[in-house]
Amino acid sequence: MPIKRSAGKVTFDYLNMTILLAVSLLCLFPYIHILAVSLSSSAAVAEGKVSFWPADFTINSYSFVVSGSQFMKAFGISVQRVLLGVVIYMAVTAFTAYPLSKEDRRFRSRTVYVWFFVVTMFVSGGLIPTFLVVRSTGLINSMWALILPGAVQIFNIVILLNFFRNLPKELEECAFLDGGGHLTYFLRIALPLSVPSLMTLTLFTIVYHWNAWFDGLIYINRPDHYPLQTYIQMNVIEPGRRVRDITDLDVLKTVSQSTLRAAEVLVTSIPVLLAYPFIQKYFIAGITLGSVKE
Amino acid sequence: MAFMLCLDPFAEVTDMNRRIDIKRNFPLHLMLLPGVALVLVYSYWPMAGLVLAFQKFNIASFSHGGYFASPFVGFDNFKYVFGMPEFPRVLWNTIFIASMKIVAGTIAPIMFALLLNEVAKIWLKRIVQTVTYLPYFLSWVILGGIISDILASDGLVNQFLAWLHLEPVFFMGDNRVFPYMLVATDLWKSTGFNTIIYLAALTAINPSLYEAAVIDGANRWKQTLHVTLPGMMPIIVLLGTLSLGDILNAGFEQIFVLYNPVVFQSGDIIDTFNYRIGLLGAKYDIGTAIGLFKSCVSLVMVSVSYALASKFANYRIF
Repeated sequence: MPIKRSAGKVTFDYLNMTILLAVSLLCLFPYIHILAVSLSSSAAVAEGKVSFWPADFTINSYSFVVSGSQFMKAFGISVQRVLLGVVIYMAVTAFTAYPLSKEDRRFRSRTVYVWFFVVTMFVSGGLIPTFLVVRSTGLINSMWALILPGAVQIFNIVILLNFFRNLPKELEECAFLDGGGHLTYFLRIALPLSVPSLMTLTLFTIVYHWNAWFDGLIYINRPDHYPLQTYIQMNVIEPGRRVRDITDLDVLKTVSQSTLRAAEVLVTSIPVLLAYPFIQKYFIAGITLGSVKE
Repeated sequence: MAFMLCLDPFAEVTDMNRRIDIKRNFPLHLMLLPGVALVLVYSYWPMAGLVLAFQKFNIASFSHGGYFASPFVGFDNFKYVFGMPEFPRVLWNTIFIASMKIVAGTIAPIMFALLLNEVAKIWLKRIVQTVTYLPYFLSWVILGGIISDILASDGLVNQFLAWLHLEPVFFMGDNRVFPYMLVATDLWKSTGFNTIIYLAALTAINPSLYEAAVIDGANRWKQTLHVTLPGMMPIIVLLGTLSLGDILNAGFEQIFVLYNPVVFQSGDIIDTFNYRIGLLGAKYDIGTAIGLFKSCVSLVMVSVSYALASKFANYRIF
C-alpha cells in the first residue's frame, strides 16, 4: 500500500515481529537442544557444556538406539499399527459417514443411527469397563486391541459427512436415474470427489496411530510387543534400565541415559516431521473444512 | 434435455417411490453395519459395565457370570472413594489445573492470532506458523522426554537461571511450581495450533467494515477493538462455552508422563488417581465408581455447555 506508515505503526510492527520471533524461537529451542544433546558425548552433557551445539561430537547414541533390537522391533510394530489402522479407520469412517450424510426424508432410519452414534460422544463406560471389554473380547496382547476400540472416530465422520452433504444433489440424482444405486454413487462419484478430505483424514489417522501410547501400555503386557511410543514412555518412567545393560565400556563412555533418550525421542519424531509438510497443507484445510456449515 | 430429467425424480412421495426408497436404501444399512457393531461392542458394552460401580467386584464370579454376577453393595464404593484422604486434594487439583488451562488456552491463541494477523510479511507469518504448530503433532511422550530434560535440576533452563545468578527451580519436584509448569507446557504444545480456528474467523470478517472504520478515523488499535474482536466474538463464545465440558479433563497424558510421587500433592488428578487405584491396583469396582463420578459431572457440564452453545452461538453438532 502506498500509504505511509505512522511512527507508532512502525514501532508496533517491529515490536510485534520481535514478539512473534521470540515465541517461535521458544518453540524451537527445545528441539535444537535435544538434537545437540543426542549428538554429544555423555561426559560433555554431564558437565553441562551442551546447550544448542553438540560438544564432543559423536553419533554413538544413535547407533546404540538403532542397533537396539527392542527399539527397532517397537518401531516396526508402530509402522504395522499405522498401516492397519489407516486402512480400517478410513473404511469405517467412509462407510459410516456416507449413509449419515443422506437427508432424513430419503433415509428414514438416519435419525436413529445419528442418535446411536451421538450418545457415545456424551456417555462412555470409562477406563476400567472399557479395559474389561477389551479383555473379554480376547484382544489383550494383540495388535487389534490398539485398533478396534477407537475405530469409530465421530469427529472424522462428521467432517466427511459434511463434505458428502455439500456435493451437488444433481450428481446423485443423475446416478440414480442412470440405474446406479447407492454403492455405485458412493464408490464411483462421492469417494473420488472427496479425495482432499480423505487425504486430510488419513493424515489425522496416521498421526493418531503413530502418537498413541496409553492403549499400548494397558492392553499390551509384553514389553517386546509394545508400539514405539509406549516403549519410549516406559523408558522415560523407568530410566537407567538400558544403560545398566550396556557392557561395552567404550560405548558407556559416550552414551548416557540423557543422550540415549534424546536420540530415541528424535528418531521417534522423524515420521511426524517427514509428514509435517503434508500435514500443514491438508490438516489445516481440514480443521476449517468440518466447521463450516450452511 | 437429459439434464432436465435429473431434476428431482423423487418429487412426489407415492407408495411406489417409498418402496423404491426402502429397496434402494438397503446398502446404506449394510454400510453402517461395521460402525454400528464396533460402537455396540466398544462403547455400549462398557456402559453396561458401569454397574460394577455398585458392586463388590469379584474376579471369579465376573469371569463366570459377567457383569451381574458380583454382589450389589449400593453406593458403598462411592462412599469409600469420597472418604479417601487423597480424594478432596485430587478433585481440587483436577479443577484447578483444568480451569487454568481453559482460561489460558482461550486467551493465548486469541492474542497470538491477533498478533499474527498484524504481520504484513507473508513469509514471516508462514515461518512463525510452521514453527509454532509443530509441537501439537508430537505426542506427550515425545514432548515429555524433551520437557523433563530441559526442566531437570541440571537442565537447560536451570543452567540459564544459574547464569543469571538466580535460585534453581525444581519444576518436576516442587509442588508450588508443578501445576503452573503443566499449564505452561500445555500452552507450548497447543497455542500455535489453536490459533488456526481464530485466524479462519479473522479472514471471514467483511473488509468493508475495516474501510468504514478507517473513514471514521479509527487506527489499527481501534479497528482491532471495534471490528476484529466483535467479529471474532461468536467463535470465542462458542469455543469458550464448549470448553466448560473439560472442567474435569486436566490432561491425563501430559500429567502421566511428567508427574512423579513427589508432586502427587499438586499434580495428581482424577484420571491418574483412577489409573493407579483402579487399574494398577486392580480395584475394578472402585475405579469404575471414580470413572462414573467423573462421567456424571462431565455429562452435566457438557450438556450445559451445548445448551448454552446452541442458545448463544446457534451451534449444532450434526
